[in-house]
Amino acid sequence: MAGARAFVAAAWLTLSVVAALPAMAQTPPVENIQIGLSTDNVSITADFSGADLTIFGSLENADPLVARRGRYDVIVVLEGPARPVVVRRKDRVLGIWINLESETFENVPVSYSVATTRPLQDVTDPNSYKQLSLGASNLYMQPADAGDSPATIQEFTAALRERKAATGLYSENVGGVQFLSQNLFRATVRLAPNVPVGTHKARAFLFKSGLFIKESSAQLEIRKSGFEQSIFRVAHDYSFLYGVFAVSLAMLTGWLGRLVFRKD
Amino acid sequence: MGIYLPIAEISVNVFVLLAMGAAVGFLSGMFGVGGGFLITPLLIFYNIPPAIAVATGANQVIASSFSGALSHVKRGTLDFKLGGVLLAGGIVGSTAGIFVFGFLRRLGQLDLFISLLYVVLLGTVGGLMLVESVNALRATRSGAAPVLKKPGQHNWIHRLPLKMRFRASKLFVSVIPVLGLGAGIGFLSSIMGVGGGFIMVPALIYLLKVPTNVVIGTSLFQIIFTSAYTTLVHATTNQTVDVMLAFLLMAGGVAGAQYGAKAGQRLRGEQLRALLALLVLAVAIRLAIDLFVTPPNLYSLSGVDLG
Repeated sequence: MAGARAFVAAAWLTLSVVAALPAMAQTPPVENIQIGLSTDNVSITADFSGADLTIFGSLENADPLVARRGRYDVIVVLEGPARPVVVRRKDRVLGIWINLESETFENVPVSYSVATTRPLQDVTDPNSYKQLSLGASNLYMQPADAGDSPATIQEFTAALRERKAATGLYSENVGGVQFLSQNLFRATVRLAPNVPVGTHKARAFLFKSGLFIKESSAQLEIRKSGFEQSIFRVAHDYSFLYGVFAVSLAMLTGWLGRLVFRKD
Repeated sequence: MGIYLPIAEISVNVFVLLAMGAAVGFLSGMFGVGGGFLITPLLIFYNIPPAIAVATGANQVIASSFSGALSHVKRGTLDFKLGGVLLAGGIVGSTAGIFVFGFLRRLGQLDLFISLLYVVLLGTVGGLMLVESVNALRATRSGAAPVLKKPGQHNWIHRLPLKMRFRASKLFVSVIPVLGLGAGIGFLSSIMGVGGGFIMVPALIYLLKVPTNVVIGTSLFQIIFTSAYTTLVHATTNQTVDVMLAFLLMAGGVAGAQYGAKAGQRLRGEQLRALLALLVLAVAIRLAIDLFVTPPNLYSLSGVDLG
């Protein structure tokens, strides 16, 4: 057992030396990207009406020459938890608009905020975005019923993106990533007023002259705080007691209201 | 001032909700109805998801009916026995309604069904009331004495079996129509988030011939329990009751109701009924327009398990 481990270690050593030698001779060290969140949880209180979340990050081993010419681009994405979604389309039946067709998608990120140094089309080509599945229009939405025609699926996927963008859940902040120095950048992503609670994932993508170099990620917990959170939890965990409470509150309010405002 | 609603999961303006509650409370105090049929559509116009508007509307109705019923208990114009039988039917109807509600919600047709029910019911009741009250107004203007229903006058309902005596209402009728009426109202309560007073009151007066003075108190009594039951079931099965939202509406509502009741005393009965009819028709027409006008968004999103 011990002998086998020693052999593996030796083999790894040789390999890495062989691989590293020519690299060190010809190219500079590969750039790396790191991001850090000032907080790992955001609380939504009663007066929450959306917010800007600032994410700081740094480039390691940045080539000063490339940086000076502005050829480094950073795209930061804050992606909400994935949930299944039903998209419905209204059609006219006897003059009345009725939900007829529908398409269910599995694992659709509830929110998706992007911040970039430059407009997306200027950073790299559409193919790279597709490969990285980066950007709201490149997210792959898995239909629950794969048997539906591609045209239908495409139509409902487009509608899904459009509705998400219209409610502010999918947003794009061009110029939202700014370099503070050669190595340090700051990204501002928008949290919509209706941002979903749960574990969100922040990811930063580094591009050099249009080529994808490296990705880094961090997690962020968004939750309802204090009173709202308690109400939400009780409503779901102790729903019967919650109902009793709602009824009692209504009766109490009715009784008090009569005492206070009585006019007869 | 914005406030985040924990169940509806959106930010709304506190003052808009208080004003909405107060306005509906004023009208409900004036006309002696719960106001649920106004609150639920108003909430839907204000972008509260229909499922939450319905469940929260039912919760709100409890407060105004309780407040109203208290004064009727004091005046002795509440028939507990009749209310109890109506209630027994109400529980059955409400339970059925909750199942239909959940089924339609999964189907994605809940919003449509709620709107259709509102348009049909409010349109019918409003139309009938308008015709009746305009006739009454015309009759008083021409000086003719209003036609009074004789207490001994009977219709087919009074020939049904299983008769029961309701002393406070001076009534001896079969329990079948009473249970049926209760069940119908309970069904509507759970699907539409209404107390059902606007149907209960005319039905008790015209179908069962209950004396007008005990009708409102008895109707309010049954509405308290039906909406309480509806609220409980919605809270446990659908988790769609938003207490924060309900409380803001109630707070405005109970205040408005007391002023409305006072204002109502200055108007004559048929004038009140004509105004209420116009109001009911206006809500019906507004909802009907929404059904026919091309919606701004043909597509809508919803979660798989909840609306």
